[in-house]
Amino acid sequence: MEKHVVVIGAGPAGLETSASLSKLGFRVTLVEKEEATGGHLKKWHALFPTLLSGKDALESITKELNSTIKIQTATKITGLEAVNDYFTISGHNGWQEKADAVVLTTGFQLFDSHRKEEYGYGIYENVITSADLEELFASGKEFVNRHGNKPERVGFVHCVGSRDEKVNNLHCSKVCCITAVKQAIEVKQLLPDAEIFCFYMDLRMFGRHYEELYKEAQEKYNIQFIRGRLSESTEDHEGNIVVKVEDTLLGKPLRIKVGLLVLMAGMEPRAGTKSLTTMLGLKNVPDGFIQPVDEVLRSNFTEIPGVFVAGTCSGPKSVSDTLADARSAALAVADYLKS
Amino acid sequence: MTFDLFVLPFFIGLLFLLGVLVVKYSRWIAMMDASDRVKAGMALFSFSLLKTIKEIFMESLLHRRMFKRNPLLGFMHMSFALGWLLLIVMGNLESRVYSGGHINPPYYPIFLKFFIHDKRVLPFEIFTLPGFFRFIMDLILLFVLSGLVLALFKRTRSKWFGLKRTTVHNSFDKWAITSLWLIFPMRLLAESFTAGIYKGGGFLTNTLGSFFNLIFPLEYLAYPAWWAYSFMLGIFFVTLPWSRFMHIPTEVILIFLRNAGIEQGKYPGSFSEIEINSCPRCGVCIDVCQMNQAGLTGSTAVYFIRSLRDQQTDVQLNSNCMMCGRCLEACPVGIDTLGLRVGARRVDNKGIISDFSYLMKQPLIKKKTEVVYFAGCMGHLTPGVKRAMLQIFEKAGIGYTFLDEDGSICCGRPLKLAGMQEAALKLVSENTVKIKNTGAKILVTSCPICYKVFNNDYKLEGITVMHHSVFIDNLVKEGKLILRPSALKAVYHDPCELGRGSGIYEQPRNVLKQIAEVSDVAEERANSLCCGGSIGDLAMNAIQRNVIRDNALNILCQSRPDVLVTACPLCKKTFDSGNTIVVKDIAELVADNMEPNKLQLHAAELIDQQCVIS
Amino acid sequence: MEKKPKNFGYSVTRDRQIDFDANNHDICKIVTKAEPTLNLCISCGSCAATCTAGQFTDFSLRQVILLLRRGETKDLDKEVSKCMLCGKCQLVCPRNVSTRNLVIQISKALCDNRMSAS
Repeated sequence: MEKHVVVIGAGPAGLETSASLSKLGFRVTLVEKEEATGGHLKKWHALFPTLLSGKDALESITKELNSTIKIQTATKITGLEAVNDYFTISGHNGWQEKADAVVLTTGFQLFDSHRKEEYGYGIYENVITSADLEELFASGKEFVNRHGNKPERVGFVHCVGSRDEKVNNLHCSKVCCITAVKQAIEVKQLLPDAEIFCFYMDLRMFGRHYEELYKEAQEKYNIQFIRGRLSESTEDHEGNIVVKVEDTLLGKPLRIKVGLLVLMAGMEPRAGTKSLTTMLGLKNVPDGFIQPVDEVLRSNFTEIPGVFVAGTCSGPKSVSDTLADARSAALAVADYLKS
Repeated sequence: MTFDLFVLPFFIGLLFLLGVLVVKYSRWIAMMDASDRVKAGMALFSFSLLKTIKEIFMESLLHRRMFKRNPLLGFMHMSFALGWLLLIVMGNLESRVYSGGHINPPYYPIFLKFFIHDKRVLPFEIFTLPGFFRFIMDLILLFVLSGLVLALFKRTRSKWFGLKRTTVHNSFDKWAITSLWLIFPMRLLAESFTAGIYKGGGFLTNTLGSFFNLIFPLEYLAYPAWWAYSFMLGIFFVTLPWSRFMHIPTEVILIFLRNAGIEQGKYPGSFSEIEINSCPRCGVCIDVCQMNQAGLTGSTAVYFIRSLRDQQTDVQLNSNCMMCGRCLEACPVGIDTLGLRVGARRVDNKGIISDFSYLMKQPLIKKKTEVVYFAGCMGHLTPGVKRAMLQIFEKAGIGYTFLDEDGSICCGRPLKLAGMQEAALKLVSENTVKIKNTGAKILVTSCPICYKVFNNDYKLEGITVMHHSVFIDNLVKEGKLILRPSALKAVYHDPCELGRGSGIYEQPRNVLKQIAEVSDVAEERANSLCCGGSIGDLAMNAIQRNVIRDNALNILCQSRPDVLVTACPLCKKTFDSGNTIVVKDIAELVADNMEPNKLQLHAAELIDQQCVIS
Repeated sequence: MEKKPKNFGYSVTRDRQIDFDANNHDICKIVTKAEPTLNLCISCGSCAATCTAGQFTDFSLRQVILLLRRGETKDLDKEVSKCMLCGKCQLVCPRNVSTRNLVIQISKALCDNRMSAS
């Protein structure tokens, strides 16, 4: 009998895992809680380091799905249980399935920047998040701040909701540094006269061509990097944002006015992921991401045989890392089901 | 016969105790500031003495505050204190019936039943004078014994007494309490045995004596029982000055001095010593102390005060306290636990240098308005609160000066709580100049920490200090601000410095009730919990603070409200970091739910009419 | 460790460089023991950015911590004496360093050091 795999979460990881599993000859059901598939990628304008369009990326991933894959959207998982050698899965709308294996591809949630009240998101109009900026890019509208002005200065704040124990997130979200560099370049392309500043603690340019993009930002776009973490921001009477950091390399506090402040919101484990792992009886670890059996050797395996994990639900990843992880998970599933 | 050798343990113990007390009291009087001595002397001849006597009766004997906490606990303490006093007083009167009104040696009334066997009185006769005394003395003894039974129960069933945890006593206190507990059963046995032999005694001792007579050779047991009774008294008296029972003679002095208007000095001195010695280690402060949740059980007020008395203070113990004041609120003796803690920190941090000379060059704000607003240091980390306040000023048409718009000078309270009084005063004087220079009549602050110190330590003649919750409440009452009800379900958290610290409970609730449906919280007003973010503590780590925060959030969110409302930027930030519920300051909720005021409405109407006309 | 000056044919200004080997590292050890979160600092500078004292005078807790770790404890007591203990830094620190206690412990350790020296 054809073995059946249920993939939970239809972002890049879920889509890629499903496509790969289907190509390997398994019957696949892809479950998604939202109306549409695609996850965060739906709203993302362009991807680092090549500025590949998010829309194109999603289209090319989706193209690989074949028609035998059943896509169950608008379904929230309410039951997930291991019974003997199979799993029963049920949704809030009465949907039910049996599966021989389950892949968790539930992804991440963007850190809610309201939680850093001192940064002013939701209080000062010209404080936005990196995700808001992508939407602004994608909309194709004229690049103006909330007061309708072309900002003369734009600031990017790294590590918002990442590397911050005050919001219980010790982890590095990995992709924000390079995203800030990418977005800084994009803003500069739209506003050639604007001055762009990145406020960072450490610049983690770990991937191929990331350092090159960073260099390009310096060389071609004159983007200024200031080593200091934002402590708080205020608003002046014209609606500019006054940023307070210490210029740590100079050892002096620095105040600077910007017309738009972009918070590089980090990745957090989804609240829903925890409820799934709890249903399965998987151990929850402090950072909230799903813990694979071994982070180096068996990164797609969980403690429960037949339950696999791919993408950002097991830790922050770029889109390219996520896709590779998804294909690796499909092979792990195949290995498990064929033995 | 008016003497027997067995009275010696009691008598020597009593003399020893009195001697020690005289030495201790003289030392305390000698240590006192001259001005305090004068105050105390005056109080001896003033009306405050009546107040003192009433308070001693209500608290030291009846244990009113203990009763309020838990009736069983109150009764237990009352039976010991009042019962024992009555035994002494009535015993004295009874002894005079037999001695023809002479003053007897002190041991005589205590051991009266050994010396006097009045066979004329029938056991259950109560309408003659000797009979009445026999009856009443047995009744009082029964009263004390009932307290003893409760005290024994409290060992294993402390929850019945409203105490989840009780004090862990040191071995010395255990000796003292054992002797105390044995005093009254020993008295009962001695009196019953003697009553059994001579067919005397009242309803209790006679009945027991007749019973014991059937099974025991009482003529051999009675005399040793009197020795044992005397010994227990002697041991108790000798151990008393070094045990927690020192509180019995000291609390009386404390009440007197407090009513005389004497306070703790800058450094631990005579008054603090008296407070420290007045702690009965009853343990009422243990359950209320949130430090226990973080595993910091040793720093609770009772143990902290014991460490002061034993002169074994350690810095960690002194530093580990959020200064939330819950123990102060609960303490039946009214010991200023927070003041003692600050005093201990003063000693710890004596050598620390503070230099704020850099503040001298600060420019003064020239703008003059009736109202001046001070957000406070923490307020700058909650821009939502700041913005809400500015919107409220605008909406109510209040002209204001934002004193610390470009950054505050700290109010000095954190330094004060760290025991660095002199450094704090430098900041106080800096801010005083800045505030007074504005010529304002009202100083509004968003931070309860600033509010408390502005009120208590600043000399701002002619300027009314208001926390923003009070200011908003006034605006609403004056009709300058009209609030719009919402469908929100809210709970209100009393910040320590605003509620317990400054007695402001109603104003924020008045305001909140006009906007949201407010549910009660298990621990609120004077019993409100600390959020865990307190600047009062110096040594706690983040994990410990988070435990306290999460426990408080649990209790606050029991009714599943939509929003947790508070009135302190520090509480707000702390609870916010728990990420369990929407946390808002009262000012933010007001700013979100205010209507244009009448004047503005009127102006708008006029414009509308003009539009219609034209 | 006895240091013998070598003649390289040129001189290095001693004041400029951190002479790590010659510096006193005991104070850092004492402070670390009293407030272990000292070790968690990643020098992000949030404390200095938000600092109430830092807006009026040259004072950076981040620098104080680094100087302490390098054993550069001369004049450090003058630095920490500027702190008002307001606690803003503790609220913004992403690593949950107990900054207020840290300041107190540094002051105390330096004070004790002064006492024992005199």
